[in-house]
Amino acid sequence: MWSLANPTRFLGIADHVIPWLAVLTFLLLGIGLCLSFFVAPPDYQQGETVKIMFVHVPAAWLAMFGYTLIALASIGSLIWRHPLADVAAKTAAPIGATFAFIALVTGSLWGKPMWGTYWVWDARLTSMLVLFLLYLGLIALWQSIEEPGRAGRAAAILAIVGFINVPIIKFSVDWWNTLHQPASIFRVGGPTIDPSLLTPLFVMAAGFTLLFALLHLIAMRAEILRRRVHALRQVHVERAAAA
Amino acid sequence: MPLTTSLAAHEISCQRGGRLLFAGLNFTLAPGESLLVTGPNGVGKTSLLRMIAGLLPLHAGRIESGERSVPLPELCHYVGHLNGIKSALTLRENVDFWVDFLGGDGADLEGAYQTFGLAELKQLPAGLLSAGQKRKLALLRLFAAQRPIWLLDEPSVSLDTPSVKVLDKAIAHHLAQGGISVAASHTPLKVRFTRELSLKRDPLQ
Amino acid sequence: MKEAWALFRRDVVLAWREGGTIGTALGFYLVVVAITPLGLGPDLNLLSRIAPGVLWVALLLASLLSADRIFHNDYEDGALDVLVTGRLPLELVAALKSLAHWVTTGIPLALLAPLLGLLLNLPTDAFPLLVVAMLTGTPALSFVAAVGASLTLGLRRSGVLLALLVLPLYVPVLIFGVATVSAASVGPASPWPPFLILCALSLASLVLAPIAAAAALRTASR
Repeated sequence: MWSLANPTRFLGIADHVIPWLAVLTFLLLGIGLCLSFFVAPPDYQQGETVKIMFVHVPAAWLAMFGYTLIALASIGSLIWRHPLADVAAKTAAPIGATFAFIALVTGSLWGKPMWGTYWVWDARLTSMLVLFLLYLGLIALWQSIEEPGRAGRAAAILAIVGFINVPIIKFSVDWWNTLHQPASIFRVGGPTIDPSLLTPLFVMAAGFTLLFALLHLIAMRAEILRRRVHALRQVHVERAAAA
Repeated sequence: MPLTTSLAAHEISCQRGGRLLFAGLNFTLAPGESLLVTGPNGVGKTSLLRMIAGLLPLHAGRIESGERSVPLPELCHYVGHLNGIKSALTLRENVDFWVDFLGGDGADLEGAYQTFGLAELKQLPAGLLSAGQKRKLALLRLFAAQRPIWLLDEPSVSLDTPSVKVLDKAIAHHLAQGGISVAASHTPLKVRFTRELSLKRDPLQ
Repeated sequence: MKEAWALFRRDVVLAWREGGTIGTALGFYLVVVAITPLGLGPDLNLLSRIAPGVLWVALLLASLLSADRIFHNDYEDGALDVLVTGRLPLELVAALKSLAHWVTTGIPLALLAPLLGLLLNLPTDAFPLLVVAMLTGTPALSFVAAVGASLTLGLRRSGVLLALLVLPLYVPVLIFGVATVSAASVGPASPWPPFLILCALSLASLVLAPIAAAAALRTASR
């Protein structure tokens, strides 16, 4: 782990890993999609629309995984001052936010045939919405602070505060939901998931995870290079000022 | 609160905005000594003072006082560019807050009010003061509590000549009692400083 | 002890004197509650059902209005430097300032709420519960707002950014605060479960939020 701490080494490793990872990712996603659309049987009640689940559920998992990753990177940034931790936290935020957004949109599309409207305040979708808002807050904070050191530390504190709050928010939203809909709700996931649906689901989840890792590595690479360009520009300006 | 102490900086370096302003700086001050920090704008004079006061983290190195039992920030009075006065409070309320909050006894305060010419203005809201008077009010903080290290950032800005003389005398008196003073200034102060540290811009970092 | 009281008293006096801070928050609360029926229609049955929710949401927004002054003014005029070099740990400084914010914003808003409840046809027997719930929940609002204020110190558009950062964190207080009040009229029979959770949220934020706020203040050194 510490050997990755050097940004140059990291770039070197990333350059090697990214092409292979890309191939593996698209392979897995391809297989997953095939399984989802052609192999998995349609639900007797929901028909083909149940297959949105194969995108919705992994996206939701990745959104939560992303925030956990950011929280861990934030701890690394604050306690051990691992130099790449800032970069990891900053670049993971838009990716996680996008997965959260995908989860919300697919959840809404899935719900339309069942509920008749695009949005009901279902407990899990509502929690996902609040998670999306937490992501937006992180991204906004990164954007608002110009000095990268301060931005990294502030965003790290916010990420940890948010992470501690996520279980509390989830608990309160679940509580709120049962308060307002005490009757048995038609749960978005369905009461049970048939085993024949599990394999495509896990393949898609694995594919999405690799996709997250791929996008994250690419984004980290870009951020490191961006910071280098910035540093070079500063030196250039200072030389001109001293001359 | 000890009345005298020493101050030592070992190999300190300062980073602001991703740039290294200075590195490998060393100095030592014994009780009664003073340091004048000079240099062009942006070179790190304010940052150095803030690092001693504990307001800015050190990038490398360490700064120590001779007093192990009290943390360094509590041994310092920092008077920076901003005055740190609340406009909505009266002069007296501002000063009384400093006395209470900084743990002082305000013993020298009456004298300080007189020498700085603020004695008749005590009941007025601080927002009504002129720039020079606000600066003098900020300097009153030095007398609200006894602390051995005075960190002064451009203290003579906005002050007229008689007031600069008063400031000079106050610093000299503080040094005579065994205190330490570190001042950053790019205009000369009359007080004789034991040492001068000239920070230069390094264009090749 | 003397230091802590001096800081707390100073902040309360400043909030009182610095032109209409308390009044503005109260006025904002009134305005938001007043325009809601204009948007939703004057159906009294509807209004009395949504009154707890509207009162709480407007409370959150009014609370946030004055939040950025918790540290902002001291940062701007250099007084924050004095506070950091005092003898109190920075966490305690943050806690005392949050407490002063609660006393000068949270308590007045909570006391005004029943009057605004009249506008929304909230049943009068819910009034005591409303005040108690709000007095219990507003400390959490002030302490969490201080975390947002310390993170956004000195930034442009800090007010809006602060709201964006803090509102999602307010969700639990909102849910349990509303549930406590609705227990009298609409919701579950007993207000105790949500009320106790509300107490727990406030107590937890009293302890944890100042730690985060102090950490954020340290990152904001110029």
